[in-house]
Amino acid sequence: MSTAFPQDSVGLVTPQVLHFADPLPLACGRSLADYQLVYETYGELNAACSNAVLICHALSGHHHAAGYHSADERKPGWWDSCIGPGKPIDTNKFFVVSLNNLGGCNGSTGPSSLNPATGKPFGADFPVMTVEDWVHSQARLADALGVGQWAAVVGGSLGGMQAMQWAISYPERIRHCLAIASAPKLSAQNIAFNEVARQAILTDPEFYGGHFQERGVIPKRGLMLARMVGHITYLSDDAMGEKFGRGLKSEKLNYDFHSVEFQVESYLRYQGEEFSGRFDANTYLLMTKALDYFDPAAAFDGNLAQTLAGVQADFCVMSFTTDWRFSPARSREIVDALIAARKNVCYLEIDAPQGHDAFLIPIPRYLQAFSSYMNRIAI
Amino acid sequence: MRADLDIIQDWIPAGSRVLDLGCGNGELLAWLAEHKGVSGYGLEIDPDNIAQCVRKGVNVIEQNLDKGLGNFASNSFDVVVMTQSLQALHFPDKVLAEMLRIGKTCIITFPNFAHWRCRWYLASKGRMPVSDFLPYTWYNTPNIHFCTFADFERLCLAQNARLLDRLAVDRDHLHGWASRIWPNLLGEIGIYRISGPSAN
Repeated sequence: MSTAFPQDSVGLVTPQVLHFADPLPLACGRSLADYQLVYETYGELNAACSNAVLICHALSGHHHAAGYHSADERKPGWWDSCIGPGKPIDTNKFFVVSLNNLGGCNGSTGPSSLNPATGKPFGADFPVMTVEDWVHSQARLADALGVGQWAAVVGGSLGGMQAMQWAISYPERIRHCLAIASAPKLSAQNIAFNEVARQAILTDPEFYGGHFQERGVIPKRGLMLARMVGHITYLSDDAMGEKFGRGLKSEKLNYDFHSVEFQVESYLRYQGEEFSGRFDANTYLLMTKALDYFDPAAAFDGNLAQTLAGVQADFCVMSFTTDWRFSPARSREIVDALIAARKNVCYLEIDAPQGHDAFLIPIPRYLQAFSSYMNRIAI
Repeated sequence: MRADLDIIQDWIPAGSRVLDLGCGNGELLAWLAEHKGVSGYGLEIDPDNIAQCVRKGVNVIEQNLDKGLGNFASNSFDVVVMTQSLQALHFPDKVLAEMLRIGKTCIITFPNFAHWRCRWYLASKGRMPVSDFLPYTWYNTPNIHFCTFADFERLCLAQNARLLDRLAVDRDHLHGWASRIWPNLLGEIGIYRISGPSAN
């Protein structure tokens, strides 16, 4: 059956689950008494345990980053373009770990899990997670897998923030940090977009204060709107123009407000619809909050260079020219701080028309640079 | 190593912190890191060069010199190097001022437009000089701000820079008798070491 998969694919993968019984203290002051993390691994951990790479996912991501769950799976994992034999994160060389973060809705403990204290789903009672909390939970996963030190922690967008936080929180446990299409903190505009998304969910009559699950409904409209707004920020004006232009679904205008007329409307509705069927509204709220709260320099009076003073990892920072959600200027803030802190860093600004989504797309120069950097990592 | 880089490396103290503007394939920084314990960063915009730097483990930063160096703190590097890029900049004067601000010393190399071959070409043919060494025609050359040794030294004077070393060499980077006697006529490439007025 495995012959059906492409040669450069990790092939069939099976998610695994680890249960953690030690309470995890959280930034919000609460703690998770016990929890589970779902994850996948690709490649083999070497005898020296020196070839492990952690993949951190973005806002709506999950553990299924590469390969296929079954022979009939239509699409491989979300970062299959970058993970596999001969790909930038080469599974012939590295042992790759990809998890679903706490608070997620793909198998790790989150708002849709049952709260052992009540026997009902957590819903809105699930604690708000931060990037730091995730990194601490990931460190426990590393312990459980026998990984003392990551050869690299890699992530795009919110995933890049986790990679950065790893270098700050556990300097001796990470040798290379790859932060792609990321930012050292959100801007007011970024937070504003997140707030629109949250309001769409919170004001949906079927949200029920976050306890919709008990009522057997989902705030579909809110989630759909949130995703539509988000999606606009993932694409560049050019990418949207190229993909849809002012193209119409039918020949003529309808002169009403209900018809799906423009191609871009149809696309956004489809994206929203599809997303609202598979993603948990509480998880979406939680992930956007984690983004908003991320600001490691806040503890150092906003001085990012000082924040990074203790970092031991070498950095590779990459941005994309048309990304306006986390523009190249935001990546350069990270790079400038690293230079001021006298850390090793490579910075690439990839010319790409796709906007923020570019980090998921196999752009030749991006893949080449990514490969070059990963190849040079000693294991 | 490229001959001009071999001369330059001699002027860079072991263990220093170096910023290389237009670092190419990272040859100089990689060599300095390996042989002289130098740490540093290279600025580059050519994707192929950047890829080679990444492969070598050189700290390469994709940054266009024409967009300024405001992201680097004053006096934050021991040496700022710029080889064969001065003449390709939109604002060579501003970049030079920035180099003097960022580096305790600066090393700059550039082709001398007053070399006798250039002078002869222009005088005899009445056209912009084209040679094996500078193979472009006027309309497609990246070298938009040619200068002579005398011009460069004037700019240094205007910016109160101190001239610490000057070497005029030929195209093979040999420092022969000719370029010693009359550098601005017989030297083909200038290698300068300068510092800002406040450096000691």
